[in-house]
Amino acid sequence: MPIETHRSRDGRSLTIKIEGRFDFSTHQAFRDAYEHGGRDVSGYVVDLSDATYLDSSALGMLLLLRDHAGGDSADIVIENCNNDVRKILTISNFEQLFTIR
Amino acid sequence: MDESAAETTPLNILIADDSDSDRLILKAILKRLGHRVVDAANGREAVVLFQSEAPDIVLLDALMPSMDGMEAARHIKTLAGERLVPLIFITSLTEPEDLAGCLEAGGDGFLSKPYNRIMIEAKVNAFNRMRLMHRALSNQRDLMHERNRQLLKEQHIARGVFDNVAHTGCLNAPNIRYHASPLSVFSGDVLFASPRPAGGMLVFAGDFTGHGLPAAIGAMPVAESFYGMAGKGFNGADILREINQKLVRILPKDMFCCGVMVEVDFTLNQLNIWNGGLPDMWLMRSPTERFSLPSRHLPLGILSPDQFNADMETVRSRPGDRLLLMTDGVLECTDGAGQVFGEQGVRRAIENAGLDRHPFDALMGEIQRFTGQQKFGDDLTLCCLEMVEEEGQVVLPDAVELSTLAGPTQWRSVYELQGSTLGEFNPLPLLLHICMEVPGLRRKSGEIYTLLSELYNNALEHGVLQLPSEWKFTPEGFDRYYSERAKRLNRVKGHYIRFSFHHDLMAWGGRLRVVCEDSGEGFDFQNHPVLQATEMAQSGPRYGGRGLALIKRLAKSVQFYKKGNRVEVVYEWFF
Repeated sequence: MPIETHRSRDGRSLTIKIEGRFDFSTHQAFRDAYEHGGRDVSGYVVDLSDATYLDSSALGMLLLLRDHAGGDSADIVIENCNNDVRKILTISNFEQLFTIR
Repeated sequence: MDESAAETTPLNILIADDSDSDRLILKAILKRLGHRVVDAANGREAVVLFQSEAPDIVLLDALMPSMDGMEAARHIKTLAGERLVPLIFITSLTEPEDLAGCLEAGGDGFLSKPYNRIMIEAKVNAFNRMRLMHRALSNQRDLMHERNRQLLKEQHIARGVFDNVAHTGCLNAPNIRYHASPLSVFSGDVLFASPRPAGGMLVFAGDFTGHGLPAAIGAMPVAESFYGMAGKGFNGADILREINQKLVRILPKDMFCCGVMVEVDFTLNQLNIWNGGLPDMWLMRSPTERFSLPSRHLPLGILSPDQFNADMETVRSRPGDRLLLMTDGVLECTDGAGQVFGEQGVRRAIENAGLDRHPFDALMGEIQRFTGQQKFGDDLTLCCLEMVEEEGQVVLPDAVELSTLAGPTQWRSVYELQGSTLGEFNPLPLLLHICMEVPGLRRKSGEIYTLLSELYNNALEHGVLQLPSEWKFTPEGFDRYYSERAKRLNRVKGHYIRFSFHHDLMAWGGRLRVVCEDSGEGFDFQNHPVLQATEMAQSGPRYGGRGLALIKRLAKSVQFYKKGNRVEVVYEWFF
């Protein structure tokens, strides 16, 4: 499975972990992950520690998640990016929309 | 196709056997299975019948007089061409070499003598399945070819429509080198360039997420906004705001457009740039002196209009400087081993360009060397812009045709900007628009725009904001000038700039009188060098005097009043 999810103990936060290439081929799985993540989830963590690559359609998917999570009021953390992935997020200035750590 | 139904449909079967009795038995068995049979007594007859009867399956005896089975098989396979007509050898041969020879001649299988009805039925059915599968695949392949051809045709038509909206503008100007695939719009890349009414250029490069039709549809309004607004004198930031809000409205949430806007001012020798999500731009001054200009903004089509930041960065340039901009496709080029070209590739190429190689050629050459390919993908766009002297530049041509509508010829208009609006709004397109209602002035849009923008910028920067033009003489002062300009614009209060227009029709054409007045401190126009000089050449390369000199050159007369914060310009046009 390239995408795994788990809820925090209090159920408020959903972690989505992506493995390998984060690109268009993961579109449906990523969408399912947050759409079926549960009703009372208020924050999201996208864990990219095992993601090797991220393309512009993945950026699009992150925007979809942001929209799903409430747009400007969304609470989304992107964490553990490798240098290449980090670079792509930086060029697009996505730190203005997401917390990247 | 329903395979079981296909298997029960009767087949046309060609058999060739020189033994009359064997042939009769085989024919009888096949007929009883429901097939139609034509028979030949030797290879030569079989080839002739193959052409006239077009059978579905051929059964050939290997050894026959007057052309044996092997030779007949070769002829038949050649005649069948792309069609798969299973060819089964009927033989009493058992030596592996002989059997291999049958297959080499084009045979697909064997049937051994003496005949066995069950074996014959099974073989014919098996080969018929193979034949049907081959036919289905061929049909699908043909269909795919046809669909692809249709798609390409549609793309070319769409490209034609797109070209009418997004013409190449001034991309073919002598100071621009670029590479953009003709079908790049379907891979999401766009590249536009337009001369500005008062001189200079605007260049926009964009890269949409996604490919194909959605990307191309997104590109249309971007092209329209860019060319429409650039021609009317809007600046880069205005156009970016417009493009952004349009894209936010029309694109799905997960689609956006990375882009670069470059405002080129050859007179002041400065570039205003905005980079949202595209790779670093490079400003190259010499083989050793270069600056990277990284992306500082989110791509277009993501942020709502009130969050969007269209602030452009001002970069001072020199004649001969070259600005290199590119889309992701350049960085994503791969070599045979799957390694990407990346930023290192770009850096390497421009570092190795040396003195005599144009950086555009150096980069293109390095990409070709790296990928080992002469041709590039559709999603690679590269543009290099050179700073040159304003003279010899493309300017918007005077519109030749006079409108059939007469338009207003005798009118007055006053437009006053007040308070914080001075910091937020660029009135030039609107003021130009008012003047352009007069057909005689429409032919002179470039000159009018230049007059208005010089008057406005003088009033704003030196009048209202009290910025000393001397600052612009040094590089440090230049940066200070523009950061101070932004700072003061933000807190401007209690000021105004007022434009009064008065147009009159004359026997020989028309006269436009423009009075521009501001709430600033004015300046000592009695002793200003440009206003004293009879020859403009005396103003030299001083930035401060350039605007005034330009106004003096274009206008019939220029008069300053009061303490220098009221200026009246008379412009005349002729039939």
